[in-house]
Amino acid sequence: MFSTLHRKLLHDLWQMKSQAVAISLVMGCGVATFVMSVSTAVSMYQSQSHYYEEFRFADVFLNLKRAPSTLVPQLAAVSGVARMHARVVAQVDIDVPGMIEPAQGSLISIPDYYERGLNELHLRLGRYPEPASPPEVLVHESFASAHHLRPGDSFHAVINGKKQRLTVSGVALSPEYIYPIRTGELLPDDRRYCIIWMRRSELEASFDMKGAFNNATFSLLPGANASAVLKAIDTLTAKYGGLGAFTREDQVSHRFLSDELSQLRALATIPPGIFLVVAAFLLNIVISRLVRTQREQIAALKAFGYTNRKVALHYLSFAAVITVAGIIAGSAAGVWMGLGMTRIYVKFFRFPYFEYHLHPAVVTGAALFACAAALVGVITAVRDAARLPPAEAMRPEPPASYHPTFIERFGVETWFPQTARMIFRQIERQPVKALFSVLGVALAVAVMMLGSFSKDLLNFILEFQFQRSQRQDAIIAFNEPSDSGVLNSLASTTGIRKVEGFRSVSTRLRYEYRTHLVCLMGLQDDHSLFQLLNIKGGAVELPREGMIISQSLAKILRVQTGDILDVDVLEQDRPRHKIRISGTIDDFSGTSAYMTVQALNRAMKEGRVLSGAFVTIDGAMAAQTYKELKNMPRVAGVNIKRAAIETFNRTMSENLLRLRIFNIGFACIIAFGVVYNAARIALSERSRDLATLRVLGFNRREISRILLGEIGALILAGLPVGMFIGYGFVAVAIEALQTRTQRFPLIVEPHTFAVAVVVVLTAAVISSLVVRRRLDHLDLMQVLKSRE
Amino acid sequence: MMSFTTARLDAGAELKTSIAADVPVLQAQALTKVYHMGEVDVWALRGVDFDLFEGEFIVLLGPSGSGKSTLLNILGGLDVPTTGKVHCRDHDLSVADDDALTSYRREHVGFVFQFYNLVPSLTARENVALVTEISENPMSPDEALDIVGLGERKNHFPSQLSGGEQQRVAIARAISKRPDILLCDEPTGALDVTTGVLVLEVIARINRELRTTTVVITHNAAIASMADRVISMSGGLITSVQRPPVRMSPRDIHW
Ligand SMILES: Nc1ncnc2c1ncn2[C@@H]1O[C@H](COP(=O)(O)OP(=O)(O)OP(=O)(O)O)[C@@H](O)[C@H]1O
Ligand SMILES: [Mg+2]
Repeated sequence: MFSTLHRKLLHDLWQMKSQAVAISLVMGCGVATFVMSVSTAVSMYQSQSHYYEEFRFADVFLNLKRAPSTLVPQLAAVSGVARMHARVVAQVDIDVPGMIEPAQGSLISIPDYYERGLNELHLRLGRYPEPASPPEVLVHESFASAHHLRPGDSFHAVINGKKQRLTVSGVALSPEYIYPIRTGELLPDDRRYCIIWMRRSELEASFDMKGAFNNATFSLLPGANASAVLKAIDTLTAKYGGLGAFTREDQVSHRFLSDELSQLRALATIPPGIFLVVAAFLLNIVISRLVRTQREQIAALKAFGYTNRKVALHYLSFAAVITVAGIIAGSAAGVWMGLGMTRIYVKFFRFPYFEYHLHPAVVTGAALFACAAALVGVITAVRDAARLPPAEAMRPEPPASYHPTFIERFGVETWFPQTARMIFRQIERQPVKALFSVLGVALAVAVMMLGSFSKDLLNFILEFQFQRSQRQDAIIAFNEPSDSGVLNSLASTTGIRKVEGFRSVSTRLRYEYRTHLVCLMGLQDDHSLFQLLNIKGGAVELPREGMIISQSLAKILRVQTGDILDVDVLEQDRPRHKIRISGTIDDFSGTSAYMTVQALNRAMKEGRVLSGAFVTIDGAMAAQTYKELKNMPRVAGVNIKRAAIETFNRTMSENLLRLRIFNIGFACIIAFGVVYNAARIALSERSRDLATLRVLGFNRREISRILLGEIGALILAGLPVGMFIGYGFVAVAIEALQTRTQRFPLIVEPHTFAVAVVVVLTAAVISSLVVRRRLDHLDLMQVLKSRE
Repeated sequence: MMSFTTARLDAGAELKTSIAADVPVLQAQALTKVYHMGEVDVWALRGVDFDLFEGEFIVLLGPSGSGKSTLLNILGGLDVPTTGKVHCRDHDLSVADDDALTSYRREHVGFVFQFYNLVPSLTARENVALVTEISENPMSPDEALDIVGLGERKNHFPSQLSGGEQQRVAIARAISKRPDILLCDEPTGALDVTTGVLVLEVIARINRELRTTTVVITHNAAIASMADRVISMSGGLITSVQRPPVRMSPRDIHW
């Protein structure tokens, strides 16, 4: 049934179509961000749990120095353990044709003949390795696709000091390496890091690990007490250099995946919340205004016998149409963005299958939130319409009463022309509405800032980490602690300019019952390539004796300067020492500890030995330098700074750009929705005054100034508030990023503030100019013929 | 009743009575105005000739829809005729664009409307100041409000004033710029009789004492006896022009 009221609804909506579209868009953004993040999170969570289950991702992981195979039955018998799988894992250097710098790989043993176990591989290409010479291996898909490696291709790896040729028999994926990243790095580097699986017997032979293992994974029985299992495993393996068993929570790939999921969950609350609050506010001002201008129509309807309920429903329908449009458009956009997100994830997270799945419940949830927001927005206006007594509504609204504004009471009014007073008093008369408009503009600015801060943060980290703190061009790791003579041969290598040795020792620091695994770093007295900087960028002196530790580490161990720590060395003969804390450093790395090389050597009761060196390299001769380094027997690995920076930029810049574009769109939609509607309402409320002024001889420019002056005042007030709120949002976002191993500074560059302000200001100015054009069509005569 | 003793008046104006000067302030020839309403054309004016002389007080009478407002709007530069010519001093209104019309209204015309059209967010004084701020040689807002007898209420907002008082503020606003022509479209249309008389008295007095050329549209034929000339319209044409023998004061008119 298409009633007359329906026709009125369509007609009125057509009259306010731009306003309706603006609100639908804001509403749509809320729905879209919700649908995008929740559907992507659900898709990812499902892919993850299916993958884990089907390919038996382990629950507990263990690294140890070397344990005899006889320990396996004991470990497998630990109460709560369902299955146990012992492996040999080794780090190797990889030499890929066409690549100057060396790559690193983790070489992992697999059973000689395929059997079902834990962390099963998913073969993408080729077949399981067979006994052959040169040995056959499986490589991870990330590395294979980065280097276009296919079954049958081969490459070289430096295995236990010997350069060896390996043939690719297949390309595989593993639930352990969904996010194939080297421990301690922020981003995966598919070109320079590779997971290689080799048949156990061949790997054992190369590393002299026959009848032994150095890595184990466990699955747990349902309901097993994980911490009891960890404890039992640690007790059994202490003798064999156990580095402490850990659960999935500390497994690198799983950790990144969980972090991503929790970020998606955060994304599902804050941005949709912002959009829906703004949409509710816009609906409120627009529908309230509609009811006010239609008082007489409402009275007439009621006089003709329409019930209060019918009238209320009629005005509710306006909100309903706008909301439904927003839900439909927003869901479509959300699915589109979700697909886009999924495409990014597929590049980073290596699942055998990762499909975007839209659950109807996600859209239903978004629709419910949108409807609730709309209802909150229009409830007062609709109630006013329902309650309006017909007799009263027949009379025009009583004239609005005004007062001199607050600031005018200080006697400054003589400074302002009358038109400025009109603006002040109009704003002051409806402070809540003005406040919301200011808030709307402010939120647009804040959303913009939220889209750009990560760039500032990354730039800062890159600059701080790679320019100011680490001034080397490459870090060279020795395959075993070496005397300082090796520095001389490094120094005489082509292209190497400056060499600075360091000693690093894997340790477990203990204080009372608290422990933490830390790489204790020994730096040369006159270190200059590796600067110890606090968060303010100030250099920190290394004490001659004792160590300095980062404040986050001091917090974890609950120690202070002067306390003496127990240091369990996790290398060689695993000696134990006591070292005094002679200071703390407030830096960005989460947990770190530093000493001078001499103090560390003394504490270790060893001669003057080094673990590696920082070097600077002459760029013009780099190719030759890397070639010579690859062939130096002592060199186990070369970590090139430029390569790290490049990876960082390459992987992040595309995603950051996408994020920024989305946020620019969102901010513009909010700014447009808020400013356009505020201007339209102001125009509708003031058109009579403005037309009168035109009749009195004011020209278009002068009356535009009155209308735009009011909007402009709100926009200008909104910008600084937005910068403030945006800064707060960034602070919250950064707080969410902090982990135990990495601290992030709260950095917002002036440029980010400026861009946010400029974008929002531009959107606001354009939308007010669109409204301003309506002033040209102001009907001067009409306004003289009618009462307000 | 009302006293205007506070008003400062032009000394010479007292001498001027009912005789208009010979120079037309404003001349209109063969004005037509056609509104195109879809298929039909509405002829609001069908050929009107009209001269307005300096200091004159003219009353426009006629039934609803006869074209009075249309004519007044064209004279006031709110609208342009479809054909015909209108001149006022150095302005040719028939060919003027929006900017020219705006500056004509700004420099020469004072308007008074049936529904006052005050700005609700400004006080009486500020409503007047709105106009004096953009005029060349205005009187002060206080002076204008004194003339209409509202000096005491100048800091009140429109919502605090009665209809008659609001209309007097509107008149003060119209005359404060010392306009050449004062145009009033049914200024008493929304007022009761007693208040209406008061408002008309103010307009008549201003015409007499400030020598402001005045055109008043009304449905009330009784007002005609106040005028120098009474022009009657019907169907878009001027049907008669009369000169009342004696110009009466509004107070003496029988309503
Ligand atoms: N904007 C317009 N569009 C179409 N027709 C119009 C418009 N303005 C006036 N008219 C028509 O022109 C004719 C003259 O109108 P006008 O307003 O001048 O009459 P009036 O004499 O002032 O009437 P009233 O005493 O009712 O105010 C009328 O028929 C009216 O319908
Ligand atoms: Mg009229």
